[in-house]
Amino acid sequence: MKKLLAGITLALSLGSFAAFAEEPAKAPATPGAPAAVTAPAATTPAPAATAPAAATTAAKAATPAPAPEGKKLKANPMVTIPIFLIIIAVTMAVVVWSAKRTKSAADFYTAGGGITGTQNGWAIAGDYMSAASFLGISGMISLYGYDGFMYSVGWLVAYITVLLIVAEPCRNAGKYTLGDILSFRTEPKLVRAVCALSVVAVSTFYLTAQMVGAGKLMQLLLGIPYKFAIIGVGILMVGYVVFGGMTATTWVQIIKAGLLMTGAAVLSVLVGIKSGMNPFQFFNDIVTSPNIQEHVQKVVLKDPVAVAGFDYGQRFLEPGLFLKNPLDQISLGMALVLGTAGMPHILMRFFTVPTAQAARKSVIVAMFIIGSFYILTTLLGFGAAIHVTPQGITAVDKGGNMAAMMLAQKLGGDISPFLGDLLLAFLCAVAFATILAVVSGLVLAASAAIAHDIYVNVIKDGHADQHEQVMAARITSLCVGAMGIVIGIAAEKQNVAHLVALAFAVASSGNLPVVVMSLFWRKFNTAGVVSGLVVGTIASIALVMVSPNMTYPKKIAADAKKVVVKLEEKQATGALLSEKEMKDLDKAKADYEKNKDGKSMLGLDKPLIDLKNPGIISIPLGFIAAIIGCLAFPSRRSEEMFDEIYVRQNTGIGMAKAIDH
Amino acid sequence: MAERQYDWGAIAKNPKFVELHRKKTTFLVGWWVFSTVFYFLLPIGAAYAPGLFKIKILGRINFGYLFALSQFFVSWGIAMYYAHVANKDFDRLTRELVDELK
Repeated sequence: MKKLLAGITLALSLGSFAAFAEEPAKAPATPGAPAAVTAPAATTPAPAATAPAAATTAAKAATPAPAPEGKKLKANPMVTIPIFLIIIAVTMAVVVWSAKRTKSAADFYTAGGGITGTQNGWAIAGDYMSAASFLGISGMISLYGYDGFMYSVGWLVAYITVLLIVAEPCRNAGKYTLGDILSFRTEPKLVRAVCALSVVAVSTFYLTAQMVGAGKLMQLLLGIPYKFAIIGVGILMVGYVVFGGMTATTWVQIIKAGLLMTGAAVLSVLVGIKSGMNPFQFFNDIVTSPNIQEHVQKVVLKDPVAVAGFDYGQRFLEPGLFLKNPLDQISLGMALVLGTAGMPHILMRFFTVPTAQAARKSVIVAMFIIGSFYILTTLLGFGAAIHVTPQGITAVDKGGNMAAMMLAQKLGGDISPFLGDLLLAFLCAVAFATILAVVSGLVLAASAAIAHDIYVNVIKDGHADQHEQVMAARITSLCVGAMGIVIGIAAEKQNVAHLVALAFAVASSGNLPVVVMSLFWRKFNTAGVVSGLVVGTIASIALVMVSPNMTYPKKIAADAKKVVVKLEEKQATGALLSEKEMKDLDKAKADYEKNKDGKSMLGLDKPLIDLKNPGIISIPLGFIAAIIGCLAFPSRRSEEMFDEIYVRQNTGIGMAKAIDH
Repeated sequence: MAERQYDWGAIAKNPKFVELHRKKTTFLVGWWVFSTVFYFLLPIGAAYAPGLFKIKILGRINFGYLFALSQFFVSWGIAMYYAHVANKDFDRLTRELVDELK
């Protein structure tokens, strides 16, 4: 039965990918560039927002505006499809193999605790490095140089918190979910229910951002219609999780991390060869590239005439071209440093290893992979700036998200055209595997919270046999995955760039304070967990809702107005407008009319705060709320049980029970 | 399920546990604070001391680039050092404590 279902899943997913293969020519003539701007660029705003006209296009990706530059990156289907099929086939084989081994709840949620430290390290890296960091950060570096590199640092440093504060205690004190740790010495039902809500919120935000990004990426790369892409990715993701549980998810993540590192390493070597494997030569190539100099001067700094004696090339290696609000950077840094350690899909990975030592080793392995990856990403970003040129990259995608892909095609193509197609196809497949690995981890984490915390422990009072638990977990995963597909399709035209920021904000302001205090503070209790989770989560959501991340129609109208005024002035002086300018004018007028009376989702004309990342406000709020809540309703029982959790989390004594239970 | 009942309060007062706990807390909090401060120097420095970040150190490579790159090596360094201390000291103390309880 299981195998039959797995077979159907496979067939369905192949079907949805093959659908585009039959009619590649009829791929919708998307205004490719603007459509993809918002999605994979992680927490960064669409850089296109710098140009008012572009901002309006990005915000209204729905309108089929003919992209003037119209260049598209086209993968060769004859090479790409076989590579995709190989990846799907290999991962499906893993699912069939894991499905046989998934019998108990522990198998489903934690792969029976049988993952080794090194395997788990690769899986953590695979779970963590999203398509946004791969494509978004290399793109950011290729267009804005140093700032992109600086942005990537926080994603690694975040793991110091994971390593020193949460990994080993979670392994020692936990079982399947975050709720297990938090409910240890509190009112289990209430805490589990609140905790599950928070986990589902974080996972949904992150999952939605990933799904929309996946849809746009596949649409851009392969010309698959958005809906097919989402359904295809969704079916595979559900297939992995429902049938293979944690074992399959882990191996998909390991395979993905391996593919991603291979792709990044191969491209980096090719970039290195171009500069004679000499770092000084490489930096010299960046600084002396006339294209980069022109890009920095005209597009980034907007100097119409070059300032005499100013080294625009060197400026590319200096900070401040993109990240302009230092407070926002610090705020993002806080959300990363504390949020990664509160991400349910990352925490869950520590339950898959048998001991604290293995948990420790897995974080360290993950840190080396993730760190090397970001260093290689720098090479790719700068390499794309040198060899593809910022002008070429923005012609395909204004946000620069295609930089790494274009670099692959260019560097491979310089050797032989087939190699260019092959490398591009390989990188597309890597991006595809990346999406699958991340969304599967998220679906699993959300399902564990619903099935294990809410169904088994709240509704059934912990009285459910293994068969029922696994069944509940599978059904929940199916529902969560289906929801993910529906939300992904519904959110196609929504602005989702803020959702990653939001996920990290909730994890850092809601989850992390209560996890740390549960493990380390004697007085901590039910009221503290509930108030910390609720306030941290609501504060993060509320702050993001009033932040510049949301779409403010009045802002779009004002930008459109500027374009109208500028072009009409030009017209008034008697100058003839080019065809493109006329189009811009009409479009700006239409945008103005459409948006001038609009309000943001909360009925605001402009953002109330100018931070895109609310961490700097919401994290202290989360901590304070948890402390106040806990002190207001002291609990003797919680205090008495502190010794137990404290000894357990430090030593692992009694952990066998936590596993066999 | 035959489960051992532990007297958690007694273990918490065991001198070995107290020593383990004290050593671990000092180490973990200390290095966490160090790594966090070191990390935040990067965005703060880039915003408020751009002049420093622009100083060319090796050919075209400037201080800012080397400082950002150093973040990776410092993080790895802390991770390796922690693994070393934990494998040597913390695990040994934990093992001794667990053996004593048998």
